[in-house]
Amino acid sequence: MCVLCGKKNMTSLNELSLTQMQTGLARGDFSSRELMQSTLDAVAKHDPALHAFLHVASERAMQDAIESDQSPISNSRSLRSLPIAIKDVLSVENLPLTCGSKILEGFIAPFTATSVKKLQDAGMIVIGKTNTDEFAMGSSTENSAYGRTNNPWDLSRVPGGSSGGSAAAVAARLVPAALGTDTGGSVRQPAAFCGVTGLKTTYGRVSRYGLVAFGSSLDTVGVFARSAEDAALVFSAMAGRDPLDATSADVTVPKINFDKTDLRGLRVGVPQEYFIEGMQAEVESAVRAAIEQMKSLGAEIIPIRLPHTEYALPVYYIIAPAEASANLARFDGVRYGPRSEADTLWEVFFKTRGEKFGAEVTRRIMIGTYALSAGYYDAYYGQAQKTRTLITRDFEQAFASVDLIAAATTPSTAFVAGAHENNPLAMYLEDVFTLPANLAGIPGISIPAGFDNNGLPIGLQFLAPRFREDLLLQTAHVYQQVTDWHTRAPKF
Amino acid sequence: MPLTIKEVEHIASLARLQLSDAQKERYRAQLSSILDHIAKLKELDTRDVPPTTGGSLTEMPLRADEVRAGLTLEQVLANAPEKHGDQFKVPPVFE
Repeated sequence: MCVLCGKKNMTSLNELSLTQMQTGLARGDFSSRELMQSTLDAVAKHDPALHAFLHVASERAMQDAIESDQSPISNSRSLRSLPIAIKDVLSVENLPLTCGSKILEGFIAPFTATSVKKLQDAGMIVIGKTNTDEFAMGSSTENSAYGRTNNPWDLSRVPGGSSGGSAAAVAARLVPAALGTDTGGSVRQPAAFCGVTGLKTTYGRVSRYGLVAFGSSLDTVGVFARSAEDAALVFSAMAGRDPLDATSADVTVPKINFDKTDLRGLRVGVPQEYFIEGMQAEVESAVRAAIEQMKSLGAEIIPIRLPHTEYALPVYYIIAPAEASANLARFDGVRYGPRSEADTLWEVFFKTRGEKFGAEVTRRIMIGTYALSAGYYDAYYGQAQKTRTLITRDFEQAFASVDLIAAATTPSTAFVAGAHENNPLAMYLEDVFTLPANLAGIPGISIPAGFDNNGLPIGLQFLAPRFREDLLLQTAHVYQQVTDWHTRAPKF
Repeated sequence: MPLTIKEVEHIASLARLQLSDAQKERYRAQLSSILDHIAKLKELDTRDVPPTTGGSLTEMPLRADEVRAGLTLEQVLANAPEKHGDQFKVPPVFE
């Protein structure tokens, strides 16, 4: 029976949105314990088919919920007792941290990432760690050393990646929200593939203390939820300067209000470079329809140019692997993780890294090492960093005449598992529309905007100037007030 | 420009990665096609463009030079593959 409406066979608690859970808990419609039981039951029942989770912290989550029930929740804006899942690249004290890699098998995190800590301090309960491409490198979760996650809209397809576990868990209504990370599209692309709302924050907006570093000048922490309003709750609670992360920005986090019901006065730029040959026709028409709808809501639609877009992919595949090759040097079998048997220390390094890193991570370490090696630095890394400046300038020029950019999140919908198995470059092309935002450090959001002929979700992407997550979330909210794409749930 | 096996071996050695012969050949082919794609950047004239450094526009922050509690020795050693007393243990560095 539905506790909210009293009808039989209606929504079970885990299917409620974050804001509905808040209301229900504050009204006393159900207890924290009941909510947690429903969440854990849903995970136990459905995760075997999805494989969204690498670790479920059932006992600890239930204990936290029972403890929370000791005092009433009087404020309907409180985050207390709300369940959240965490991508397994973020540390949570005393829980496993694998990064989807064999090289961290058995590792138990000794401290909690600031982003997660802030949510816990606000009362949220971590229910588990979600699957990811190894070290967040990939667009499908197929690169996880622990097996891929399945897309709840079609189990034979990938959920996107690298935060595919978090996206699938939210899409399947196992959790109302989950954290992910976005270095080249790893929140927005899986959000698009799974039909959920995915916010990539501005570079520096959310602390990365406790996030295992991949591409240090690109990595951001983001959130998946069922609506922009829900995503805003989590975003607001975790954003802000952290003394433990010197790259976190001291920029005020505005209170985001959702009073607006139209888009009057909003100038929306539509970049022609984001409508490319080979793009799936249904994606293009859904995005164009969404832009028309924004126009009917009062937005002014302005065609714009982002002329260096075509260089984003080569720039990214120099900078991200270069930074990754340096960051992943710390995994050497000496201080943590498993160690391959060897007679000398030198052999320990080579064998441990050779045996424990998967193919994609190895590839990227090698590209990065090559790009940074003597004689090649200027031609590759130097040229990439200069071109990155041009990409950033494209956005600065665009934002001089528009408030927000609207485009597709991905050129096509979720692909069948194994489709890019022997072609890493084809996999990289999945991210052509998401990479530029990481290079420029700007925030972006992907929201559901339709379905293709196979019933797979289509993602609409908004991009905004640095630190304007408020504008992204407000615009997405207005769109979600007049559409119901984000309310559709997969049957799997 | 295709990489040679020798170049792949050099990169793997710099990156401390042990690769089988089959892996070397596979990565040689895959890295070559990725580098071909990346070579597109060479067509851009960037002589007057400053490189991006770091990912942040904010200034370098300074903090007070104060002692702060870190992890305990026990916590630091908890995930070690092998330890000896209060130290990480590794195989010999020299014969």
